Amino acid sequence: MSDNKNKIVRRDFLKLLGGGTAAAAAAFTGCDRIAPTGGRKTTAEVPTDSMTYRTSSATGDKVSLLGYGCMRWPLLATPAPDGNVIDQAAVNDLVDYAIAHGVNYFDTSPVYVQGWSEKATGIALSRHPRDKYLIATKLSNFGPQIWSREASIAMYHKSLNELQVDYLDYMLLHAIGLGGMDALKGRYLDNGILDYLIEERKAGRIRNLGFSYHGDIKVFDYLLSLHDTVKWDFVQIQLNYIDWEHATGNNTNALYLYGELDKRNIPAIIMEPLLGGRLAKLPQYLAARLKQQRPNESVASWAFRYAGSFPKVLTVLSGMTYLEHLQDNILSYAPLEPLNEQEFELLYDTARLMMEYSLIPCTACQYCMPCPYGIDIPSVFLHYNKCLSEHNVPASSQDENYRQARRAFLVGYDRSVPKLRQASHCIACNQCVPHCPQSIKIPQELRRIDDYVEQLKRETL
Amino acid sequence: MGVLRLTRTALAVVLGGALTLLFLDFSGTIHTYFGWMAKIQFLPALLAVNVVVVAALILVTLLLGRIYCSVVCPLGIFQDVVSRISRRVIKRRQSYSPEKKWWRYSVLALFVAAIAAGLGSVMALLDPYGIFGRMAAQLLSPIYLWSNNFLAYMAERTDSYLFYHVDVWLTGLGTLLVAVVSALLIGYLAWRNGRTYCNTICPVGTVLGVVSRFSLFKHRFNTETCNSCGLCARDCKASCIDSKNKVIDYSRCVTCFNCIDVCNKNAMRYGLPIKKKPVEDASESQVDMGRRGMLTVSAALIATATIKAQEMKMDGGLAVIEDKQVPPRQMHIVPPGAQSIRNFSQKCVGCQLCVTQCPNQVLRPSTDLLRLMQPEMSFERGYCRPECTRCSDVCPSGAIERIDTAQKSATQIGHAVWIEKNCVVLADGVFCDNCARHCPVGAIQMVAREAGVADSPKTPVVDTERCIGCGACENLCPARPFSAIYVEGHCMHRIV
Repeated sequence: MSDNKNKIVRRDFLKLLGGGTAAAAAAFTGCDRIAPTGGRKTTAEVPTDSMTYRTSSATGDKVSLLGYGCMRWPLLATPAPDGNVIDQAAVNDLVDYAIAHGVNYFDTSPVYVQGWSEKATGIALSRHPRDKYLIATKLSNFGPQIWSREASIAMYHKSLNELQVDYLDYMLLHAIGLGGMDALKGRYLDNGILDYLIEERKAGRIRNLGFSYHGDIKVFDYLLSLHDTVKWDFVQIQLNYIDWEHATGNNTNALYLYGELDKRNIPAIIMEPLLGGRLAKLPQYLAARLKQQRPNESVASWAFRYAGSFPKVLTVLSGMTYLEHLQDNILSYAPLEPLNEQEFELLYDTARLMMEYSLIPCTACQYCMPCPYGIDIPSVFLHYNKCLSEHNVPASSQDENYRQARRAFLVGYDRSVPKLRQASHCIACNQCVPHCPQSIKIPQELRRIDDYVEQLKRETL
Repeated sequence: MGVLRLTRTALAVVLGGALTLLFLDFSGTIHTYFGWMAKIQFLPALLAVNVVVVAALILVTLLLGRIYCSVVCPLGIFQDVVSRISRRVIKRRQSYSPEKKWWRYSVLALFVAAIAAGLGSVMALLDPYGIFGRMAAQLLSPIYLWSNNFLAYMAERTDSYLFYHVDVWLTGLGTLLVAVVSALLIGYLAWRNGRTYCNTICPVGTVLGVVSRFSLFKHRFNTETCNSCGLCARDCKASCIDSKNKVIDYSRCVTCFNCIDVCNKNAMRYGLPIKKKPVEDASESQVDMGRRGMLTVSAALIATATIKAQEMKMDGGLAVIEDKQVPPRQMHIVPPGAQSIRNFSQKCVGCQLCVTQCPNQVLRPSTDLLRLMQPEMSFERGYCRPECTRCSDVCPSGAIERIDTAQKSATQIGHAVWIEKNCVVLADGVFCDNCARHCPVGAIQMVAREAGVADSPKTPVVDTERCIGCGACENLCPARPFSAIYVEGHCMHRIV
């Protein structure tokens, strides 16, 4: 969260700077789309009528290319008395703005935002006519304790209830591939839940049935092999210019995933187009190359245009916490200007260079959280990645910027993560590992970072 | 303001200010330059058996009188500030009062007896430098740290790493109360009557008072010009001038030069005894003496300066972390460099300088009545990190002797003890090796519970011969509120 705060502050700062010296900023630095003149519209001019829509080959749904991911809703400073952590007023504002600007796809899950996302999303959406939005949620029956048919069906009914709807537009088997074939069998096959959901689709209470995939490719291939009988209406995959050919951990290159869907004419829904924000905050010199091409557009807009440029993509999900992100993303798709050949090449080259940074592929999705021993896993990784991108991870005390880098790393670490939630407290119990969609070996990485911190503190690099 | 008094005031401001900063600065930079100021304090130097400093201080007192009490002792400077304000604000007048001999010597006797008996808390309670240290560390330091944290908050928002956040925490309630009470009490005495503490209670004042009776340079009446107006006595913080009889109690005079400044008959001078002088030379000789006195004072200062040395899983959220509690230890722990518990408790004046400097929040004043205010170690907030020797660098009294990081990592101050029923490996049935992983000397190993069983859980065993008692294991143990591994202190430290 603190990192997010920094982000907004930096953005606000840019805005202020831009407001004061708008013309100069536009001419020399290409500040976040606030230039009064130039290639692109200002935030004040986010169009309400130019959103690019895609039509589903399965059901003919007209879906906005920008989809709203509901797993990063703004949080209250302290939870409400009933335990609710979400700032509902802020959610309402974001949803109203999104719908007013043509966004009509909202993707949530029973487990998002500590279990409060569906309720908040339901409250915000129920204030709009039902035909103005498409709602997607998931059967998130992770953990063997809720693999039973009854518990799973109860979860589905609770979703309908929380979202205040009598039918779901999109229903997903959630993150199949995590836990391999065993988990798939336990969660959806042996208990007959997949058949149940197919029946619900027949009954019209589910309009589109699909699944989201991370992890073991066998499960993906197996479910696609069922396409002739099940008829998947869509599949949700992770696609961005890094994952196209450089998927990390257990994950599979998007090149293959998208190819398999394209072959079968199944619409693709894209998640992690920004890799949890990492593609919005590239290392400086890589960001500069993109800015050079389009000075007035954000670094993030490249990633969105990339994902949108694939014709079989139905919608691209983004978990937008701040209005500024929402505005920026609407601008990227209102309307979409597909990438040309050179631009694709530039992004693939960027991806290649990014791989040299050995960043930890964390998207801050929070699936690993809460760590039972209190560690703030995503914040530790975010801090480490930030320092890598900013060249504040010295390899040796002989490095030119060693002293400043050491201070930036250590002072920044205490700022980003409270001491009690830092990597030194990881006991390697491994409870987080099965939850990570990026299959990061979390304890190993935490301990690697802790060892590094120890070297910095003791000055033994 | 006369040259002598001006010099005295200027020195007092510089030394008082720098000494206060020593207790406020947490980065260690001030200490590099002004650390020696704590080490020239009388009692700490005496306890540290710093022969050079003690000899120099006694020599200076023999030469110039209790100038130490005016410019070196921070508590003296504090009282001067309070007393000056009260004389300005409520136009209070000092007046002569006879020496309270009985008080002075019985407190001194009590003090010596306490040291001999090893009653650290009584010694710490009476030492002026210790009293000042507690006031600065307990009352002033939090304000300083909060201000720093405000700057750190601003810095964070401008992506600057210039300032960083530090925790402000209650190191010890007892010591805080002692600091509040002593500040109020001594402050009140100073407000009402100037240097009452120095001349009735302070053991250092009593000892130096004995010496200063025989000092070479003294305030002296010029009986020929003096008209016994009593102005000098009115401004004497030590209440030691009997203007009617033209007698000064040199055991109580702190050589502040106020009397010289206030006398409009040039009837008070500071210098060597003069057999006989014509009246008309009086003013000239005073200036001479003034200059000579000043030179001597600066020489003394230079001399001291050269002494300077160095259920259903939902996504997101954070698990609640219960605070750690101090485990009941059979023997408390004192820092590496302390040599032994005995050495530590005999020499520590409880000034809290090490507590303010400890970057890992390990040191805090003891709550034990016999050792009240003397620091001890505990590891709820951090552990004694291998790269740090700050407490040993700053300690002025030899309670923590100087050691380097290599010596520190080889000094056993205690040993770790495993508490089976708290260990998460058994209690939660999870893998954990955090104690073994963080042990800087490799004294902890993870050993299978059942020998020869492949997937037997592994629990820690401590090699007490290798363990140095740094507390890394205790601090980083996931068991809460009581760690499953904790440190027992050792009476005698030793090299392992």
